[in-house]
Amino acid sequence: MALEDSHVRRAAHLARLAVSDDQASGFVDDLSRILDMVDQLQSLDTKGVAPLSHPLDATQRLRADEVTEANQRDAFQRCAPAVENGLYLVPRVVE
Amino acid sequence: MQWETVIGLEVHVQLATHSKIFSGASTAFGAEPNTQACAVDLGLPGVLPVLNEQAVAMAVQFGLAVHSDIAEVSVFDRKNYFYPDLPKGYQTTQMYHPIVGPGDVEITLEDGSTKRIRIHHAHLEEDAGKSLHEDFHGMTGIDLNRAGTPLLEIVSEPDMRNAKEAAAYLKAIHSIVTYLGISDGNMAEGSMRCDVNVSVRHKGLDVFGTRAEIKNVNSFRFVERAIAFEVERQIELIEDGGSVVQETRLFDPERDETRSMRTKEEANDYRYFPCPDLLPVVLDQAYLDHLRSQLPELPADKRARFKNELGLSAYDANVISASRDMAEFFEAVHNECGDAKQAANWVQGELSGALNRESLSIANSPISARQLGELISRVLDDTINGKAAKEVFQALWNGQGESADAVIDAKGLRQVTDTGAIEAMIDQVIADSPAQVAQYRDAEPEKRGKMIGYFVGQVMKASRGTANPQQVNGLLKEKLDALL
Repeated sequence: MALEDSHVRRAAHLARLAVSDDQASGFVDDLSRILDMVDQLQSLDTKGVAPLSHPLDATQRLRADEVTEANQRDAFQRCAPAVENGLYLVPRVVE
Repeated sequence: MQWETVIGLEVHVQLATHSKIFSGASTAFGAEPNTQACAVDLGLPGVLPVLNEQAVAMAVQFGLAVHSDIAEVSVFDRKNYFYPDLPKGYQTTQMYHPIVGPGDVEITLEDGSTKRIRIHHAHLEEDAGKSLHEDFHGMTGIDLNRAGTPLLEIVSEPDMRNAKEAAAYLKAIHSIVTYLGISDGNMAEGSMRCDVNVSVRHKGLDVFGTRAEIKNVNSFRFVERAIAFEVERQIELIEDGGSVVQETRLFDPERDETRSMRTKEEANDYRYFPCPDLLPVVLDQAYLDHLRSQLPELPADKRARFKNELGLSAYDANVISASRDMAEFFEAVHNECGDAKQAANWVQGELSGALNRESLSIANSPISARQLGELISRVLDDTINGKAAKEVFQALWNGQGESADAVIDAKGLRQVTDTGAIEAMIDQVIADSPAQVAQYRDAEPEKRGKMIGYFVGQVMKASRGTANPQQVNGLLKEKLDALL
């Protein structure tokens, strides 16, 4: 699949990554090579093979419904840039 | 031009677990901000989610209650987007292999008729935190207590054709989840939230029109109002030569309108992929059978039984079965007094009225089902008349007596059915009311029926409300007519 500059910019925007013009053209090449490899995989006949949702052949372990966490707000908020009245403050989000 | 409305609902139900879906933090409502947001909920580096078994069990119970196929294998995916109340940068949800497959729900309409609404699927996911947009020096406050609260998102097929059906569907879902005890269903606290997909089309067409999604419609009433507004908006738009844009709109209950949420509509691209931190959830038949055996009698079954076995009207059966608490209260009253119709009347009438006046739920009723049942029994066996019954009800409500019998004795409300005693009171009233007797005598015969009310009132007053009203009526008529 031929990747274009606009694809890279869109992916970078969705992931909120700041990508310079120089970097973008580099990524077009790198990512295109990855997609080429995926194309190669796609050519395999996978009929009758169940999709793999996880590489480990195991099932999810479940946890009992118990409250095990104590309030550690003060510790967590020590690394937050801004807090007030127990809230984390972030740049205003306009709806 | 005849228009038809097409509605589908996405209902988010907060599951009533003690702890979060992937962490051991508490889900209790109303705590101080961020005191129930642990390292997992905050998405701190190095943490791993572990799935709550109760959330899985609750989702399965819902699925069984709506006749769904439960997925033997379900998988959690990441839905990626950036918003400050989603600290991980993705919501863990189930996009491709949801736990609950297609099912259906029976709704009851106002005329008592029923309709089947198909459920497309229901999946488990985590709730996000809350953004507080009040002014914090130009910043937004974030409370992550709600982050990670388990949600069951129930997605219907577009099977509803008007606002009433949509409200009835929401009520049916509410009633199922509260019967199952998997959610408190408290819409005011956000335990149940609803997104409404609405489109219109010319009647008779098979294709759907372009739909708008109305977000966060959080009461039964708002669902009806939001749809009513939106349908009118879309029809006007099309009739004026325009076309509906697929977009997300927000219902504003204060202005009673929906409006577009984003001016610059950026197509959402959530880049879903299976969550590598969680393994596939595998459920076996024995587990499903066990949960099935634990299911309570569900609203639709209770409704049918109340109607078919107890002889309640479709309307009464529907109202009484809507909440499990009310249904169980009614059944206890019925067991005590043996008369389903009377039990239904009292529970829906006097009791519901009193509860509403004091904003109490039936679970907190000051009068017990046993007390109410006994009271009804005393009306049925003619110990007291209807008027005295209301007085006894009030006394029991106010805690002025342990039982209906105790109140009846204490207040001397036992009904007087002794003909001689009633006749004596009637004779006295007639002797004391010469003017009214004369009026009665001179009145046109067809007007006398009405005039007798005065004498009935006087006799009832003389008996302090304890005389049997039917007897009073009959005897009065005889005695007055004898004077003509």
